[in-house]
Amino acid sequence: MSASPAAAANAEPSPDAMAAISVKDMRKCFGDHEVLKGISLEAHKGDVISILGSSGSGKSTLLRCINLLETPDSGEVRVGGELIRMKQGQGGHQTPADIRQVERIRADLAMVFQSFNLWSHMTVLENLVAAPVHVQKRPRAECLEQAEALLKRVGIWERRNYYPPHMSGGQQQRAAIARALAMNPKVMLFDEPTSALDPELVGEVLRVMRSLAEEGRTMLVVTHEMGFARDVSSKVMFLHKGEVDSLGEPKEMFARPPTQQFKQFITNFNK
Amino acid sequence: MDFDFYLSTMWSVLKALPLTLEIWFFGIAFGLVIATGLTWLRASGYKSGEYFTRAYVFIFRGSPLLVQLYLIYFGLSQFDFVRHSPILWPILRDPMYCTIVAMALNTAAYESEIFRGALRAVPVGQIEAAKAFGMSAFTRFRIVTLPIALRLALPAYSTEIILMTKATALASVVTIMEMMGTAQKIQHDTFRPIEVLTCAGVIYLLLNLSIARLFAWVEYALSPHLRPAPDRSQQIKPVPEVL
Repeated sequence: MSASPAAAANAEPSPDAMAAISVKDMRKCFGDHEVLKGISLEAHKGDVISILGSSGSGKSTLLRCINLLETPDSGEVRVGGELIRMKQGQGGHQTPADIRQVERIRADLAMVFQSFNLWSHMTVLENLVAAPVHVQKRPRAECLEQAEALLKRVGIWERRNYYPPHMSGGQQQRAAIARALAMNPKVMLFDEPTSALDPELVGEVLRVMRSLAEEGRTMLVVTHEMGFARDVSSKVMFLHKGEVDSLGEPKEMFARPPTQQFKQFITNFNK
Repeated sequence: MDFDFYLSTMWSVLKALPLTLEIWFFGIAFGLVIATGLTWLRASGYKSGEYFTRAYVFIFRGSPLLVQLYLIYFGLSQFDFVRHSPILWPILRDPMYCTIVAMALNTAAYESEIFRGALRAVPVGQIEAAKAFGMSAFTRFRIVTLPIALRLALPAYSTEIILMTKATALASVVTIMEMMGTAQKIQHDTFRPIEVLTCAGVIYLLLNLSIARLFAWVEYALSPHLRPAPDRSQQIKPVPEVL
């Protein structure tokens, strides 16, 4: 292949130009309650998108619909340009057409949970190598080496042989972030990563997340941390009652709230 | 106290220990296989599977093991097709096999309930994490659900195994000369029930003590994460990869 870069760019959008994640018109109901009312979202490589909203606005559900922990009722999700194929299941609800595809895509979208969800019967180190070894089929020795490096990076290498219940919330969440990094994910999904932490432990987790943002990782962060949203993220998305209320540059959004809803939301937070 | 009589009785009853252990071992081994099948049926999500296991548990947990044993040993042989079956008859005419079948069927009912409870008690978040990291249903079960559920099931399972040890004594009513059968024979011959039954009781106690200690040790070894946190200086060994 000797095609010039320009010619290549004309033929096909290069992976960099393609959205890392694109969500189109996503809808989701729980019973009669419509949680997501047609949400669209696009994240490019290196984007850090903070998803804000009061409780019940659908922000966690949106994140969980992206990696199919919840099955959206309609709408499409593309990861790195690849569409997650859905089919009509029983009772009119759609289900993933190919669960292998979903599993492959999930491995590229590492998730960090509000309640950490570390596997409690494994040490921290085992938590970090479990998915790389069993899902990505990488050699164990290589995974262990990477895991130790990641634990040093998040500052809990000394605790590598500890079990999750023996660590503080902040340490557990840093371990969970390291576990996500061990997958070499294309996009990281954070579902309220600091909401279950004691206030004095929030800082250590946010510092790690900030360093990830600075090294250009693509991140979707559902959060209540206004400081993180304003200072670290490249975009802020504000959900209100299952719809995108506003979307924009964080500095701009916080300086001049575009909608009454968002203005009220941040005012309540600053109280 | 007649020590010689105690000693000779102990020895006679102990000679029947291998037979007791044989019934015990095969009873719980087949029971475990059936229980695994029942648990799988129930978890599979098929309505018919669920109804079947519920009926099974209702029958085998709800009626005395002695009734089940009598029905299998004395009852089934009343049917012509059983007596003429080349597969069933060799099993069902042998009191030893009948006892093992009755014990296996009975313990499977209890164990399937223990396993069902343990599976349901696995924290949803940890299974979700396994999903979110791209694990297939099988990998998820093998790496996360099963190891956690096994640890949760262990205390109740060990109790069930101890109940089974004691249940082996029922084999004596269908002519098996295991420990209880042997003890009863000596008692009939000597008319010294206190000494004989005390000997048998002590051996059952010691047997169950060792079983309980063994399970306690396994539980301890598999659950370092449930013990108090170690000192900062002290390193804890990871659990071997098999579980």
